[in-house]
Amino acid sequence: MAGKGGVGKTTVTAVLARAAADSGLRVLAVDLDGKPTLGDLVGELPHLSLTAPDALAEYLEDHGLKRVAKRLAASGIIDVVSTAAPGIDDIVVLGKLKQLERSGDHDLVIVDGPAAGHAITFLLSARGLLDTVRGGPIRTQALDVLEMLADPARCQVVLVTVPETTPVNELVETAYALEERVGVQLGPVVVNGVDDGDDLEVAPGTDPALAAAAEFRNTRRALHRREIARLTDALAIEQIRLPHVVSSGLTADDVCILAAGLR
Amino acid sequence: MTVAGDLVTGDLVTGDLATNDRVTDDRATDDRATDGLAAALDRAAVVVCCGSGGVGKTTTAAVLGLQLAEQGRRVVVVTIDPAKRLADALGLAGGLTNDPTQLEIDATGELWATMLDTAATFDGLVRTNAPSEEQAERILSNRFYRNIAGALSGTQEYMAAERLYALHGDPRFDVVIVDTPPSRHALDFLEAPGTLARFLDHPLFKLLMMPTRRGLKVLNVAAQPVLRTIGKVVGGDVLADAIAFFQAFDGMETGFRDRADAVMTLLRSDATRYVLVAAPKRDTIDEARYFAARLAESSLAVSALIVNRSTPQFATPTTQRSTTQRSTAKRDRATASLWDNHDELAATAVAERAQLGDLVTDVAPAPVAWVPMLSSDVHDLTGLRQIRELLFGPATTTG
Repeated sequence: MAGKGGVGKTTVTAVLARAAADSGLRVLAVDLDGKPTLGDLVGELPHLSLTAPDALAEYLEDHGLKRVAKRLAASGIIDVVSTAAPGIDDIVVLGKLKQLERSGDHDLVIVDGPAAGHAITFLLSARGLLDTVRGGPIRTQALDVLEMLADPARCQVVLVTVPETTPVNELVETAYALEERVGVQLGPVVVNGVDDGDDLEVAPGTDPALAAAAEFRNTRRALHRREIARLTDALAIEQIRLPHVVSSGLTADDVCILAAGLR
Repeated sequence: MTVAGDLVTGDLVTGDLATNDRVTDDRATDDRATDGLAAALDRAAVVVCCGSGGVGKTTTAAVLGLQLAEQGRRVVVVTIDPAKRLADALGLAGGLTNDPTQLEIDATGELWATMLDTAATFDGLVRTNAPSEEQAERILSNRFYRNIAGALSGTQEYMAAERLYALHGDPRFDVVIVDTPPSRHALDFLEAPGTLARFLDHPLFKLLMMPTRRGLKVLNVAAQPVLRTIGKVVGGDVLADAIAFFQAFDGMETGFRDRADAVMTLLRSDATRYVLVAAPKRDTIDEARYFAARLAESSLAVSALIVNRSTPQFATPTTQRSTTQRSTAKRDRATASLWDNHDELAATAVAERAQLGDLVTDVAPAPVAWVPMLSSDVHDLTGLRQIRELLFGPATTTG
């Protein structure tokens, strides 16, 4: 899952995870930021918080460097490793995701990925490392990850946006960049927070406060229709639309309702 | 509701944004908040806009720039966003570059815009500090340098501060407005002087360089188990590049540190103002509170809080909800939907304001300005002017 800040990427990740679980799939929801939000929103569904320092430590341990990994972590030097070879933190995370995908324990691993701009760098890390690292375990890891990214049956990227001008423009840019530069398959596009419904009719003589509120709502709905139409023209990809929810903080229950609405 | 600071609810924005009839809450025209925001920017030489991604931070930076330009000041707005959002907001189809571009606006002052090019700024810093052209080239062509110049965590924040300082000293401009990177590290440059030169305090640097009586000396890799391990994982050549880089860097630390100190003095002075930008969503509020705490830690005050994308507060209808609303008559059903819509929006507005309560308290006594969710995206100068008017009132004709 990828999308620019503020589009509700984490909520959408939770909704799709819930919808997939409702349809009978064994789902694992993964966040990469170490924040509790996604875990809260998916409720009792299996959830994993996967951060780069943890993934790197685990990687070093798996490669017989347990003692060093401990020392590195204690002295904060893990940052050094990722500096010496930029992208190495991304590749260990992608490598771990690949391992989860290969384990057979889950039918679907759904990842709340980094923000849109970062998503490209994140997914390009495997290719970048192949240029700088000419041998060793990291190179093998990068090759495995590239294989997973290139296989549409194993991995797809779902882009998330809201029906507004700038987010739609950025989604289209990101979509092209992902296809051309990363070579990964795009799944459906999710349009979040869609305020749809019929226009409210304002009869002459209506109370001005009611009329103003109606006009505000109608104008926003018109904007949403316009932007969805523009997205449809720009990208020939299936769209999943999630309704606008009148709330300033969603809960796991809201997520269940939204997921049920997708069926 | 009791809140710290003044509240302004911009006039309700509908359709062409031009409606000014008093259908919104009375606080819509509270002059004190407008004055508070203007005072927050008075005599500022630097304005730092902080907030999480997706809250309209870039647009806000551009609006503040427009306001100051209309007051006759020569303003440059620096954006860091790789998605070129400022260019969008300013209607510059060609995008922005590292060199400031002047915008054509009808104002007594000037409005310029530029985008931070982290790598180019770092290159400039290396060129300025290198004792010789040859040493500068040796660094700039090093593969490890090329990797970190754009990618090392913290580099972007550091270079943003560096760029801000350079523009502050540029005689073409009176005010620099900077749109910070959308990360929690955006304010790391406020830490102790040494830390501003993050680069030099990076653990890798410390690990590779050993202080000696005559300065710093690159350590012997073979003697360092940690380095040997890193070499095993990433490959020896990567490490060799890193060491060559630090050798080439030898002797330049003092220049870097002095510059870093100067940047920090500016950022901690009264000439620099911090404007928090948030939206009424839990995650952006948490992020804004984090920034507020971060500034307080450094004994710096938030100058203003701007809440974008808030649900407008509509006035209470003067009529009563009909008791026949359950009627199936078409007209009654239509009226009932209008009431439902009004109540739904009113409830959202109240919930949003309650959610913002702690943040408003955190930043007291800074003024708080609410920009209602607009009916269309802001992607040109006309849109920026409309928000400017919501925040600061009608444009004053200064000439």
